[in-house]
Amino acid sequence: MRHLLDFEGWTEDDVRAIFETARAMKEVLARPIKTVPTLKGRTVATVFFEPSTRTKTSFELAAKRLSADVVSFSGQASSLKKGESYQDTLKTLAAYGVDAFVIRADAAGVPHQATRWVDAAILNAGDGWRAHPSQALLDAFTLEEAIGPLRGKKIAIVGDILHSRVARSNAELLAILGAEVWFAGPPPLLPRHPFFGARVTARLEEALKDADAVMALRIQRERISGGLLASEEDYRAGYQITEDRLALAAPGAPLLHPGPMNRDVEIEGTLADGPRSLVLAQVANGQAIRMAILYHLLVGGGS
Amino acid sequence: MSVLIRGATLVDARGVHGVADVLVQNGRIASLGGGEAGRVVEARGMLLLPGFLDLHAHLRTPGEEQKESLETGLRAAAAGGFTAVVMMPNTRPPLDRPEAVRGVLRRAAGVRGARALAAAALTKGQGGAELAELRLLANAGAVLFTDDGRTNEDAGVLAAGLRYAAGLGRPVAVHAEDAGLRGGGVVHDCPLTVALGLPGNPAEAESARVARDLEVLRMTGGHIHFQHLSTKSAVRLVAGAKKKGRRVTAEATPHHLTLTVDALKGLDPLYKVAPPLREEVDREALIEALAEGVVDVVATDHAPHTLAEKAADFLRAPFGIPSLEVAFPLLFTELVEKRGFPLVRLVEALTDGPRLVLGMAPLHLEEGAAANLVLVDPGRRQAVDPARFFSKARYSPWAGWELVGWPVLTLVEGEVVLDRLG
Repeated sequence: MRHLLDFEGWTEDDVRAIFETARAMKEVLARPIKTVPTLKGRTVATVFFEPSTRTKTSFELAAKRLSADVVSFSGQASSLKKGESYQDTLKTLAAYGVDAFVIRADAAGVPHQATRWVDAAILNAGDGWRAHPSQALLDAFTLEEAIGPLRGKKIAIVGDILHSRVARSNAELLAILGAEVWFAGPPPLLPRHPFFGARVTARLEEALKDADAVMALRIQRERISGGLLASEEDYRAGYQITEDRLALAAPGAPLLHPGPMNRDVEIEGTLADGPRSLVLAQVANGQAIRMAILYHLLVGGGS
Repeated sequence: MSVLIRGATLVDARGVHGVADVLVQNGRIASLGGGEAGRVVEARGMLLLPGFLDLHAHLRTPGEEQKESLETGLRAAAAGGFTAVVMMPNTRPPLDRPEAVRGVLRRAAGVRGARALAAAALTKGQGGAELAELRLLANAGAVLFTDDGRTNEDAGVLAAGLRYAAGLGRPVAVHAEDAGLRGGGVVHDCPLTVALGLPGNPAEAESARVARDLEVLRMTGGHIHFQHLSTKSAVRLVAGAKKKGRRVTAEATPHHLTLTVDALKGLDPLYKVAPPLREEVDREALIEALAEGVVDVVATDHAPHTLAEKAADFLRAPFGIPSLEVAFPLLFTELVEKRGFPLVRLVEALTDGPRLVLGMAPLHLEEGAAANLVLVDPGRRQAVDPARFFSKARYSPWAGWELVGWPVLTLVEGEVVLDRLG
């Protein structure tokens, strides 16, 4: 594995190998001293052209726990209009001798382009609507901890599917793990063409029925200003995950959200903080998964 | 100066005429039976064709000469076997004033390359709201009117433009896409591109607009020319309108005839173009329509940008593919050589096809005809090497493709403007 752009070409064994390393990393994180020398002398650059707190913090902490040197670049999408380019930024940083770039961009494909521009491992930390593979890995890892192996399990993903890199990467990864993915959301926010074998429905109940787990996605306010959604109230009326609606799912089915959450929009507030919510477990596991990804890319442990 | 082209096989829109010795004198074909000349070109095994006319090229002048200049654009055209090029008016400022049209034509006349013809804006500033001074623009030399680069959202303005242009004997060329259905789409809307996470531009954005425009034409009369058709459904609509006898013509580009949405798998903005690369069924429909004459013309939509602009991310990189220098060898190799597409039909689509759209007389290889000629070598196999382009856009989706049928000699009114014979 040279780069992590998405899950193209991945097998279940590749996923299992990451999970196994992530479990070892969780043990490291449980120690009083949470640092190992694995990546000493290596340099990891986080290059975020879109605001992000969680993913950036998570990757930077993961790299530091492994003793890598970390440099951090935060650009503004607006600066791209002033002639500054992804290409220039990455080539400039590469000249410092960076071993791995963790890239977040608002346009799909920038991590692919980066593999053609610089000689370093590229980790996609989210590119436009396209992919967010580390999020999908931590989601699946967290789910397996909660409900066991995902083969044959029904996973409902609810919300703005069309514009969601989390939905795409989860569908791609969950298909590899043998899960059955259902997408539900308001029709203008559903893809016209389904992807990675997921089922698509505008009827929330159909997706929730007997689901083994439910994931709600963030609703961006720009969907309302862009005319695809009338109002938060209109969304809530059809698609908010409530206690009543969650009762359609399998008993005890857990609830996930990639964050940041619009409390009381995507999920009823009491549910979000309730015992079925895996939101904080997702955050904690995120660090271990990202340590595992860095380890596999920079040290090896697979082809 | 006189040139004798000896032993080439003559092909024009009428057919394949066999081998002849073509004498060019005083800018005309003086004889098909040989004669004395200042220069003799041994062309055995080569094809001599009438020079190509490109109905659709962006030479970026005035205002964006960092992308292309008249000099580089018209030399690139000559290198591709084009002896005339219709320059699109979406320049900065747009060619919406007669003095602007005269100015760019005057400057182009000084370039040793293909001859420049000007398209003028249909509406002021290409804004789509008010007609430009079509009569004055025609008087200044505009051969067609178009708001290409923009879409004609106001059907009422388009109707007025079609009626006005008809009175001037000029076609109106349209970039047929419904702006609302296209939305922010940057790639064809299909399962692959949904998975790629890029905003999709559905085939229906094109076909719905073609359907609307054909209804407008039914009302107004006149001549509408559809630029760069890309979808099977739009081709069908055009075929239906032609059967009913409407004055409709259409073009297809080298990229839509040779590439599909599959090229986007690597997410390289080099392939970002409007309308977008479609599916294999669309490409097949375009090739069939070109063979049958439903699509009249091959036009390049040569749309150069700087390499830095095309190296931006997929959302921000500009739309456009440059192709003046590769269009003929590309189509000769991919269509004629590989799948038996009729050579004569390809030649027609590059010569009399576009000439007819502009109301010009056909150009055939006969004594007395203007010596706009291109000699191509079907035996010369060479990889596309953008570093050697005359165009400022030194990149290409076809870089590295091994092609045959490269132009080796191009003459504009008897003058040699490209010479690869060494």
